[in-house]
Amino acid sequence: MRSIKNHLSLVIALLSILFSMQIFIIVDRSLEAYKENLVSNYSVIIVSQKRLIRDEILGINTIISDMKELEPNNVVERLNSGMDKKNIEFLKLTLPKFYKLSLAHYPTPREIERLTRDLMNNPLIVKVENFSHMHDITYKLLLLFKAVVSVFAISIFIVTSLLIFKELKIWQFKHTERMNIMGLFGAPVWLRSAVLFRLAIVDALISSGLAFGLFDYLSSNLFILEQFLNIGISVVIFNPIDDFILLLSVSLALSILLASLIVLGHKEEV
Amino acid sequence: MDKVIIAKEISLSYSNNETIINKANISIDSGSFVFITGASGSGKSTLLKSFYGALRPHQGSLIVGGVELKKVSAKKLNFLRRHIGIVFQDYKLVKEWTIEKNIMLPLIINGYDKSVTKAQVDTLLKHVRLKHQLGKYPRELSGGEQQRVAMARALAHNPIMILADEPTGNLDDYSSQLIWNLLEGAHAQLKTTVIVVTHHIPASFNVDYKHFHIEYGSINAVN
Ligand SMILES: Nc1ncnc2c1ncn2[C@@H]1O[C@H](COP(=O)(O)OP(=O)(O)OP(=O)(O)O)[C@@H](O)[C@H]1O
Ligand SMILES: [Mg+2]
Repeated sequence: MRSIKNHLSLVIALLSILFSMQIFIIVDRSLEAYKENLVSNYSVIIVSQKRLIRDEILGINTIISDMKELEPNNVVERLNSGMDKKNIEFLKLTLPKFYKLSLAHYPTPREIERLTRDLMNNPLIVKVENFSHMHDITYKLLLLFKAVVSVFAISIFIVTSLLIFKELKIWQFKHTERMNIMGLFGAPVWLRSAVLFRLAIVDALISSGLAFGLFDYLSSNLFILEQFLNIGISVVIFNPIDDFILLLSVSLALSILLASLIVLGHKEEV
Repeated sequence: MDKVIIAKEISLSYSNNETIINKANISIDSGSFVFITGASGSGKSTLLKSFYGALRPHQGSLIVGGVELKKVSAKKLNFLRRHIGIVFQDYKLVKEWTIEKNIMLPLIINGYDKSVTKAQVDTLLKHVRLKHQLGKYPRELSGGEQQRVAMARALAHNPIMILADEPTGNLDDYSSQLIWNLLEGAHAQLKTTVIVVTHHIPASFNVDYKHFHIEYGSINAVN
């Protein structure tokens, strides 16, 4: 009972830090997955009078990942909804070649601008349609989402810092007396702080173990998986190797830092 | 005769700068038995603190076991302390350790073998009549019992010098006699230097002892 109580406070502090960290990772992953989802649905259409060489176009801007030729009729049909009438007329008149460009990642408005300019510099290309208006809306939403996540991350950082700081005070209080007494009997610093470091490491192991169990359970929870499926993205909630190594190293680093701060700040009282 | 402590013109004070011991002299022969008396607040505990290096004199010279404590390194001080056994006025037992582990502390620090440690703690607990309490924690013991644990811990590693701050302060006559016997034993058998701060020198004390009295910041030899 006594030993459980000894570990509880730090384990809880560490666990909450690990929990919020992993949640942040999951949110970040969802965001990335969502962006990937967006980029696969997003493309730039270019129009040219002559046939274009794929490798040449791909060399124009690194963001271009692929180019496919489109059937002219299909194009006119598909563009009907998102394009000016004037442009459609123009397309019908000239019946040029249509190409669909896929992008390597979801572009920023500036990247779209640059890409459009680069493409227009090619004398063969007569028109670039980038759907920038629609893109702008989704991009702004994405930015908002990112901002919300950042605020979330910062507040977690503040809360956990306070938690750690409070834990530091408690530890200092709890361990100074013993370290002091050991020092009075001539114990070298490493021996005085051995208990502290052992406790720190054990607590780090316990809390990362608990975090592992928790996220391992969550990652196979059907309800949660369903939620992600509803958004249309698939996210790795918990990678039992990579994520666990991260959890373990963060909790070890934190608790060892905590113990070192106490040892360094320790002064013999008279 | 060898001196285990030579203090010349030492002045001691805490951070508030009020001088407790003022340019005092004391020298203690190796292997002697010493009593230090004085009124409450006269600076007896303060003087002992200087002997184990917890309080550095800001003036004068203090040599303990051949080490000048005024400017001693942490490493050297640790080494010195490993050969001293201290009974603190407030016991200073480690709360979260059992009685047994508390007594083991100096043995662990001095790197004794596990089996030696066990046997030594056994003997000491018998001497202070606390054999039945070894698994208990300090807070589960009476004040007098805690004091006896502190005594056992001070003796555990057969130190060359014992500093005992009112080691019988909380004890009845019977338990006090146990403590005196232990200190006399260490002094007689191991030639340990014993320095005891006390308010009452036991009447029936048949060891040749030195007696110092602290008053107004100076240390005076009584006999
Ligand atoms: N840690 C400290 N910080 C500041 N002043 C202290 C400290 N410890 C003791 N003093 C002061 O030093 C003086 C001497 O204290 P000390 O403990 O040496 O007395 P003492 O002779 O051991 O008394 P007692 O017989 O009551 O134990 C006292 O006036 C006390 O107020
Ligand atoms: Mg005192």
